[in-house]
Amino acid sequence: MALQSLDIKQRSATTTPSPSERQTVEVAKLIDTTRCIGCKACQVACMEWNDIRDEIGSVNGTYNNPTDLTSSSWTVMRFYEKENSSPFDLEWLIRKDGCMHCADPGCLKACPAPGAIVQYANGIVDFHQENCIGCGYCITGCPFNVPRISKKDSKAYKCTLCSDRVAVGMEPACVKTCPTGAIMFGSKEQMTEQAEHRIGELKGRGHGKAGLYDPAGVGGTHVMYVLKDADDPTQIGLPASPTISALVSVWKGFAKPLATLAMAGVALGSLFHYVTKGPNEVSKEIEDEIEKEDAQ
Amino acid sequence: MIRDPKDLKRYEPKERANHWVVGISFILLALSGLAFFHPAFFPLTQLFGGPTWARIIHPYLGVLMALSFLALYFRFAHLNKMTPVDKEWLGKVGQMVNGDDHNMPEQGKYNGGQKVMFWAMAICMLLMAVSGLLIWRAWFGFDITLVRLGAVVHAAAGAVMIGLIFVHVYAAIWVKGTIRAMWYGTVTRAWAKQHHRGWYRQMTGK
Repeated sequence: MALQSLDIKQRSATTTPSPSERQTVEVAKLIDTTRCIGCKACQVACMEWNDIRDEIGSVNGTYNNPTDLTSSSWTVMRFYEKENSSPFDLEWLIRKDGCMHCADPGCLKACPAPGAIVQYANGIVDFHQENCIGCGYCITGCPFNVPRISKKDSKAYKCTLCSDRVAVGMEPACVKTCPTGAIMFGSKEQMTEQAEHRIGELKGRGHGKAGLYDPAGVGGTHVMYVLKDADDPTQIGLPASPTISALVSVWKGFAKPLATLAMAGVALGSLFHYVTKGPNEVSKEIEDEIEKEDAQ
Repeated sequence: MIRDPKDLKRYEPKERANHWVVGISFILLALSGLAFFHPAFFPLTQLFGGPTWARIIHPYLGVLMALSFLALYFRFAHLNKMTPVDKEWLGKVGQMVNGDDHNMPEQGKYNGGQKVMFWAMAICMLLMAVSGLLIWRAWFGFDITLVRLGAVVHAAAGAVMIGLIFVHVYAAIWVKGTIRAMWYGTVTRAWAKQHHRGWYRQMTGK
């Protein structure tokens, strides 16, 4: 998977710079939810290209199938039925769920295993399962509830944004297959422009709340959505303003180097206490008292 | 193993064995835990057969430490009740650390510092055990906010506990004649008279 070995922007649990001599264009996938028909071709293409097959589950009475992301279903369509205030006004909302490829990835920040998670210069966040230890800290760090630990091998898996295809100049498999052109791929700049154009169109058609989902709380994402109702992304299961949890930032941020220094300080402090103050020995006086008692 | 028949018995064999189980599991937990605490310590995972094995073993060692500490807790909690004399001792601890114990009040089996250590360890152990279960994904799947909180508490309490153990071990090294109590259970009468005079009186009737 490590085709992009010279253009690594960040690497998990690594405190020195990663190989970053090669600069590449920042990419993005744009998912236009207003053009999605819920056909699940993207799910099939993902399975096909990555050659992974989920276990056959059971139907839960909705179109959600599989019902959730798993270690072998890296993208799933989520269907939402929204009842509006006027009677008989039912909206069927569909979203392709999967990794958002955050510019500031919580998974990478939380990961304790060096090189198990990398972010390439093009913005793709990729898991390298051979370095994964299976602790699940990436799940703890993710604001979008994306990574899944495999029941088979206890490694974490998620969408790679087809980093292998992108590395050789191809678009991700889901983009290639989408029959309505709802999934687009290009440079982040191009995709943002494309989104603006589409949003203008939607607004012109009376969807005043249309907008782009590229949340600033995680530094922006490399998977963006065009939403019809951008004022309330929660209605299709997206967090309104995702950020890396403050708990994770404290846990993985400044606290650890400080705590490491404090622990080293206690150990060194003890050593120098011994060297400067000397041992606490039984006094000669008391030893003599005991000896005298014994002599009696 | 009694060098002098008049040496005072401080710990029973089962108490010493219990302490060693806690001690060994603590050392293994600290080494494997530090590996996940900061990348600088990640190579410590090699001591456990590699990083994935370290991740697998760590929580089971945690269960061992929690249970063996619980046993230790029930053995020693009643000897660690704080008294006004302990507070006086703690007030003068600066002089003690500075190397002068002449003004220290008479102490029983444990001094104020040892008692504070006991209760601080007990609190840390409880925090470690509860937060550890919250983040043990092999067996549990708690709500994400609880898991995040668990991860922070586990790391913080772990760091505090490592600091406390440094102090605990150093105190035993600093006060000469102490470590033998952990190995074979006895101390000299002179040691007891100097450091724990109340206990010395109780044991010798003098």
